[in-house]
Amino acid sequence: MFEGWDAVVLARAQFAFTMSFHIVFPAFSIGLASYLAVLEALWLATKREVYINLFNYWLKIFAVAFGMGVVSGIVMSYQFGTNWSSFADKTGPVIGPMMAYEVLTAFFLEAGFLGVMLFGLERVGPRLHFVATLMVAIGTLISAFWILSANSWMQTPAGHAVNADGQFVAADWLKVIFNPSFPYRLVHMVLAAYLTTSLVVGGVGAWHLLRDQHLAGARVMFSMAMWMATLVAPIQILAGDQHGLNTLEHQPAKVMAMEGHFQSHKDGAPLILFGWPDQKDAKVKYAIEVPKLSSLVLKHSLDAPLAGLDTVPRENWPPVPITFWAFRIMVGLGFLIMGLGLFSLLMRWRGMMYQSTLLHRFAVLMGPAGFIAVLAGWITTETGRQPFTVYGLLRTADSASPLAAPAVGSSLVAFIIVYFAVFVAGVIYILRLMAQPPHPGEQGPSTKIPARAAGITPAAGAVEGAR
Amino acid sequence: MIDLTIIWAFIIAFAVFVYVVMDGFDLGLGILFPVFPQKTDRDVIMNTVAPVWDGNETWLVLGGGGMMAAFPLAYAVLMPALYTPMIAMLLGLVFRGVAFEFRWRTQKARNKWDIAFAGGSLVATLAQGIALGAILQGIHVEGRQYAGGWWDWLTPFSVLTGIALVIGYALLGATWLVMKTEGALRDRAYHLSWMLLVAMLCAIGAVSVATPFLAVQYTQRWFAWPNIILTAPVPIAVAAVTALLLRALGDKNDHQPFFLTLALFALSYAGLGISMYPYIVPQSITIWQAAAPANSQIFMLVGVSILVPLILGYTAWAYWVFRGKVRPGHGYH
Repeated sequence: MFEGWDAVVLARAQFAFTMSFHIVFPAFSIGLASYLAVLEALWLATKREVYINLFNYWLKIFAVAFGMGVVSGIVMSYQFGTNWSSFADKTGPVIGPMMAYEVLTAFFLEAGFLGVMLFGLERVGPRLHFVATLMVAIGTLISAFWILSANSWMQTPAGHAVNADGQFVAADWLKVIFNPSFPYRLVHMVLAAYLTTSLVVGGVGAWHLLRDQHLAGARVMFSMAMWMATLVAPIQILAGDQHGLNTLEHQPAKVMAMEGHFQSHKDGAPLILFGWPDQKDAKVKYAIEVPKLSSLVLKHSLDAPLAGLDTVPRENWPPVPITFWAFRIMVGLGFLIMGLGLFSLLMRWRGMMYQSTLLHRFAVLMGPAGFIAVLAGWITTETGRQPFTVYGLLRTADSASPLAAPAVGSSLVAFIIVYFAVFVAGVIYILRLMAQPPHPGEQGPSTKIPARAAGITPAAGAVEGAR
Repeated sequence: MIDLTIIWAFIIAFAVFVYVVMDGFDLGLGILFPVFPQKTDRDVIMNTVAPVWDGNETWLVLGGGGMMAAFPLAYAVLMPALYTPMIAMLLGLVFRGVAFEFRWRTQKARNKWDIAFAGGSLVATLAQGIALGAILQGIHVEGRQYAGGWWDWLTPFSVLTGIALVIGYALLGATWLVMKTEGALRDRAYHLSWMLLVAMLCAIGAVSVATPFLAVQYTQRWFAWPNIILTAPVPIAVAAVTALLLRALGDKNDHQPFFLTLALFALSYAGLGISMYPYIVPQSITIWQAAAPANSQIFMLVGVSILVPLILGYTAWAYWVFRGKVRPGHGYH
């Protein structure tokens, strides 16, 4: 099997597959950890029972999602060595320390306090337990800091030199860490994680409101989530715009691919809304375009000249169709999310927040939108960086391990089978938890759940939970 | 002379050892799962590690990530050389890791996730042991890349180290249960500890006898004068710890067997270090050849010296919070 295949293509497929599965979980747990911290803080401040119920409700879901994030993350940390050993050798002195800092400052913090957060409320008391929740939430954000810094360095490398062995080495660590695209990418991704989580929470709240408009827990979570979407979606669109301008400055070829600009335009480039980019013929077929709008968006002037891929050697072109379409999916969803936020604001203002079934149906439909947007965004930026791993400096073809195609192909098949078996089950368990309405006396991710199933009556369990 | 590279070699060795200490018993519980078929026993066994397993596995990420950072060349050579065991280990860890949460989320499929937990733990341990053996027996390197085939890792010696590690982790798991459980479950764990200890001593013996035959370097390191003055205490200490361990098991002591087993691991690990030093890829690449440039080492050393003590501190706190025996039906509420 896989004789005659290209080992590099298989390694890329494996990275894309395992990474896509992985990123979904951190995107959700970054936002959810912060949401849990907010819920617990509100509970400590107001002592209203609805907050601790919601906390316990979402904590169970968090536990399942976090576990899946951990195990799919371990795979990522070893994949640099297994499939991309040349990359590891050459960039290890720069990327390696950033990942080591991620482990030391973030992973340990999350893992160290997770046990107390999940199981320790009665053992340590509410205040110390809140500290644990806070530490987990802060850990997820620190993790985002380091891994996005490392990724941004691959996109916009800075502050490095090359040694005699052909390795990248840091000349100035601050310039490496705070490389040109990092601040933009960090803001864009953290906001994306918050939006993703708010859409999931809002979708679940709406689902239960459709059954029972008076359910207190569903009302609170829906309202909180819609505030988040309303406020953050416009900020995210602005942040994305700024990120795009930064990309135009540092990775122009990526923006050309996103825009479908094969040709340069001397006086005003059109904004291609839709079309089919043909990489071979170097043109966008069936294009629907608005004249000069792209120049207005990217250069803030209708007649500004804009270079196209015809100024870039063909062997340095990213795959245009994927970049082009992934970008459109992300942006389209971004505006839909903003639309949901505005619609909820209107309903809130008219006092129809918990009654409008149209709003609730829209929110349920948008529940998974954040995940799709995050995936589309990452596909845009990673595909747009091709054919390089370190932009302009190290080609993807020169980054792979000296492995034969059958080895990489077999492991790819193994990952596909295992991930589908395991993560599909996990998603089903999460959906099952979400299908239960949040109720008074909600229990945390108790290890007692099976004990109750084994014979202790549910009533006793409920009393236990209300304690 | 002590230089940054030696310090880093010790830090990576320390991270890997802490991983073995923390995840060893954790994986061992999975290996022992088939001999505890009762649901109540399994629930208790799971509850003894549920709050800490995630932190335990984080040391593996530090070992891998730290190696890429401090010894990128070694990481780049070893990972492709150990390709199949590494992939097997990762997939095993996926199965066992998700089982911690999944088995509480379903009644129908709980048995499936129990199998995933046991099977995943066994595969991950076997893969780690095989990887260790494959490293010890030497790896074919040309230039800055692995140059062997993708089945080179599979030899009788690597299979021996694989089985040895399975026995060792199972012993750690059994003595952990002695410490964390009570009643009939603890009695069975005692019984298992006896058998596993005997098996572990055989395994240590077999690996110790086989290692010098792998390369002249190992023979000289251990038996040449004057090295033997420094190496002889290792087997003597193994004998002493074994005697203490036998007595502790005879006395039905709760805590000592686990910690004495850890001491056996530490001694075996020290023996490994004696065999390998100064190579990180035996016979091919020394720690100095593989080392990252000084400014990478210094940058990380700052972080490690501040953060690792902190990490050890709050990890110890988490273990303290969940101290004591775990009883059936008494989860963590």
